[in-house]
Amino acid sequence: MNFKGRDIISIKDFSKEEINYILNYAKGMIPYAKGEKHTNILKEKILSSLFFEPSTRTRLSFESAMHRLGGTVIGFADPSGTSQKKGESLADTIRMADSYSDAIVIRHPQEGASRLAAEFAESPVLNAGDGVGQHPTQCLLDLFTIVTEKKKIKGNNVVLLGDLKYGRTVHSLAYALSLFGAELTFVSPETLKMPKEVINECKELGVEPTSTTILEKAIKDADVLYVTRIQKERFPDAEEYNRVVGTYRVDSILLKQAKEDIIVMHPLPRIVEIDPEVDKTKHALYFKQAFNGVPTRMALLSLILGGKKL
Amino acid sequence: MKELKVTPIKSGTVIDHITAGSAVKVLHILKIPESTSSVVSVAINVNSKIGKKDIVKIENRELDPKEVDKIALIAPKATINIIRDFEVVKKQKVQLPDQIVGLVKCSNPTCVSNAREPVESRFHVISKDPPRIRCYYCEREPEDIAERII
Repeated sequence: MNFKGRDIISIKDFSKEEINYILNYAKGMIPYAKGEKHTNILKEKILSSLFFEPSTRTRLSFESAMHRLGGTVIGFADPSGTSQKKGESLADTIRMADSYSDAIVIRHPQEGASRLAAEFAESPVLNAGDGVGQHPTQCLLDLFTIVTEKKKIKGNNVVLLGDLKYGRTVHSLAYALSLFGAELTFVSPETLKMPKEVINECKELGVEPTSTTILEKAIKDADVLYVTRIQKERFPDAEEYNRVVGTYRVDSILLKQAKEDIIVMHPLPRIVEIDPEVDKTKHALYFKQAFNGVPTRMALLSLILGGKKL
Repeated sequence: MKELKVTPIKSGTVIDHITAGSAVKVLHILKIPESTSSVVSVAINVNSKIGKKDIVKIENRELDPKEVDKIALIAPKATINIIRDFEVVKKQKVQLPDQIVGLVKCSNPTCVSNAREPVESRFHVISKDPPRIRCYYCEREPEDIAERII
């Protein structure tokens, strides 16, 4: 399978076989991501890291991934000091970054921004989140986490909890989990339900998701509980946010009702939706999930930049 | 004897088999009456073999391919007849291409295609009848295509 020069824009651009290939490749990257083994397969390669919106994990794990592979990173974490503030188009910023580097990773507040970037760049573009749109590398690391812990995706009952309307990770993830034949349960406040479009996509892939507002009902059969934050920045008005924030809280009392081997995931940052006491339990997978961003992104960078297989 | 509700035209375009009730939208797409001073006849809810349909006849005007694609977005079963000297010289069914560029504005206000960027809107056609399109950039499906036609 050849990924050299390929853009990573949407999980929908990838077949099941291609996703499996990436996940297997990522597994081989774990000792390098941990610093137990060392490599220079991307020596002299430069990654442009263009973050027009705040990010902690995605940006740092991309940088860590590039450095662990022997490459270097240029870019910005805040667009306030760039020409964008002077009114430069995204297309022009991309043309410039393209001429300075071998690959571009971009996070941008507008949906479709990375697709546009890919049109103007000769080098491969990686989407690190575009508005409420796609976030394919998060989706891949989530799948990687489930596969690593549960050995397979098919047949697992995955509960997606929280802001299913504005949360971009859950849209890509619901699609990808359906592609692999997982069972899906959507739990959200009435006003933050999974968009119809996403539910239809799951159905087209042969999965009939269940929707509910009651977490206690859904938790009993769950193999994976994927929690998301109610994102204040996505709400058009503060009143609507205040009405729903804190609707759900995952704590050890709730988890007593769940299966013994349930895993709890979260793309982070979390605010109030997971009680810190859960961190100490065997169910808490979210920090490991955050680490998994490194081997997954190492795999992607190595594949699209034609790194030698390790 | 069949009553002739709309008389034949000498030259111009007859758009037939328009989804019943959509003739006004077709006129809107073709920017009628602003774009023409010719006679335009409209028949709504005409009985036909396949049920009710609308017909629009525009004298002394032939449609360009972009206009035909726009009609396909709201009346996927329409046929376009080009008339010269009372003869049908060309008859074609509208046919949506697999991708449409610069015809529809994305309904998502935060889609990059609505920003000040040097690109035209672009949609994948995911169903031709009924027409369903998905934005190439933000992957959203506009529900009200007719309202979004540029």
